[in-house]
Amino acid sequence: MKNFKKQLLAGPYLLWMIGFIILPMLLVVYYAFFSNHQFTLDNVMAITSEVNFKAILLSLKVGILSTLICLLLSYPLALILKNINFKNQSFIVFLFMLPMWMNFMLRILAWKILLSKNGILNTFLYNINLPKIQILNTSGAIIFGMVYDYLPFMLLPIYNSMAHVKKDYIEAAQDLGASKIRILFQIIIPLTMSGIVSGIVMVFVPTLTSFAISELLGGGKVLLIGNVIEHNFMQGMRWGIGSGLSFVLMVFVFISMILSSKFGEEEKGGTGIL
Amino acid sequence: MMKKILSSNKKLKRICFCLILTMFLSLTLSSCNQKSESKTKKTTFSNSITVLNYGKYIDENMIKKFEKETGIHVKYEEYESPEEMYTKYKSGSINYDIICTSEYIIQKLMSENEIKKTDFTTLKNYHNIDPKILEINRSFDRKNEYALPYFYGTLGILYDKTKVSSKDVQSWDCLWNKKYNNEIIMENSVRDTFAAALKKLNYSINDTNKKHLEKALYILERQKKHVYAYMVDETADEMIAGNAKLALCYSGEAATAMDSKESLAYSIPKEGSNVWVDSWFIPKSCKNEKNAMMFLDFICREDVATANFDYVYYASPILPVVKKQPKDVLNNEAVFPSKETLKNCEIFTMQDQKTTNYYSDLWMKLKAY
Repeated sequence: MKNFKKQLLAGPYLLWMIGFIILPMLLVVYYAFFSNHQFTLDNVMAITSEVNFKAILLSLKVGILSTLICLLLSYPLALILKNINFKNQSFIVFLFMLPMWMNFMLRILAWKILLSKNGILNTFLYNINLPKIQILNTSGAIIFGMVYDYLPFMLLPIYNSMAHVKKDYIEAAQDLGASKIRILFQIIIPLTMSGIVSGIVMVFVPTLTSFAISELLGGGKVLLIGNVIEHNFMQGMRWGIGSGLSFVLMVFVFISMILSSKFGEEEKGGTGIL
Repeated sequence: MMKKILSSNKKLKRICFCLILTMFLSLTLSSCNQKSESKTKKTTFSNSITVLNYGKYIDENMIKKFEKETGIHVKYEEYESPEEMYTKYKSGSINYDIICTSEYIIQKLMSENEIKKTDFTTLKNYHNIDPKILEINRSFDRKNEYALPYFYGTLGILYDKTKVSSKDVQSWDCLWNKKYNNEIIMENSVRDTFAAALKKLNYSINDTNKKHLEKALYILERQKKHVYAYMVDETADEMIAGNAKLALCYSGEAATAMDSKESLAYSIPKEGSNVWVDSWFIPKSCKNEKNAMMFLDFICREDVATANFDYVYYASPILPVVKKQPKDVLNNEAVFPSKETLKNCEIFTMQDQKTTNYYSDLWMKLKAY
């Protein structure tokens, strides 16, 4: 009886899952493989066309680069945050989260203005007699925007798993004469692997599928797979191809999820997020 | 020690929770618009009409005025792009009585038998409408029985007078001039950008010949490295900020930009361009034709049309409004295209699905280039 009551509490979530996650997914799969109620592979095979293939390669490149940069920025930051002697450590973490209180589109728009040809950054450079930089409307700007937007998603799981690492281990290693680099690579990194993996997934998946950031910071000149899908749905009225490409993208997302769960199993500390 | 770690973890979890909460909040807030729509749907008035129009495309005081004068309650809804309107209408969840949109979507709806034939001549203020514009509309609506013109305008080049010579902008070639490397903004929509390329090649903007279209794609691909950005709504802002010297843009938007920056000017190249007419039509879903006609008559009335013109600042097809305008407004091509310009301009005609798909593929090729 008690169990049943507990299960009942999960009811709304179940409905939510079915209505907003499972049903739409099934619809996407249906549109991807059926046109006029007949089975077809054309929509999924659309990925092999030159334009779409180029777009997905670029998306993978942008996604991998942004994830890598996020990781390289967050890991040292998490280390510093862990070792800092400050009363309210979580307050500092909170400061890093603070920008997320604002809608991410607004923040990207702000960057667009800051980076534009006559924007604040270039005016500043001009005034100190440095050449202006043209980063806006290139794939560089898109990677920049993605790193900026998704950095907290990388930082948080890593910091969280790092908080789990007991100081005793590190002290023991030091007592036994391990160098600082050895401690980092043989103790801290292996123990925070689960955090790193969930951070990678949480950044890689949205960067791979994003279309809004590339539209805004790319000035419509850079075509990611997300933009192709958006165009097929919103302007071309070609839902079949849009769904087919979405399906291909889902496969990539699933692959990264599976990889992450494999790595995550090795160390069961739980990151509190994934 | 352990305790301390645990408590800091709890705090972290709390932060995570806040984070997720904010994401949800921003999602729900951004969907607020839709919610308010469903609210208007619930309150049913027996004597009412449902109007669907572009965003910021009417002086809202005029809606209140109409309600006061006639006692008819107006449920007013807005949309951003014609495609959005099309999906909204087609979903059939709301029965619209009257809709205003661009001519190529009207043509599409006409071909799908979604528009009611209407005798607009019964309107008391019908004689106010410029016969020139009715004639343009006759290119797709032969007897003027489907669409009633609301505003019209052209596609042209918005440029900075101080940085671009007015001779250059007499031809579409300027958008391909290497002098203006990284100073050009193109439209982020298939047909407009292709219209400029087709016109530069001296083809019709409605050309469906694949060879011609491929040629247009070729020159657009060459142009891409000189283009600053492909934009839609931001064009005016970017031009005001001085981030580009030339922009392909619609006359209405050009007029707004010129209002805030004096050095901007608008030109329609000699090769000709596109003329567009946004019109009202009565869809099949209309339940209250009499009220809809009253609304249309009201829209065509002189004082109402003047108020709407002052608010929207696009070319009005209502003659008494035009007559009242001072000379400098009438001579401003960004607001009122001249007779010669109109003769030189074409209206977009509807494309069948095959051509639309072909255009779509070309557009993606350009974007991926």
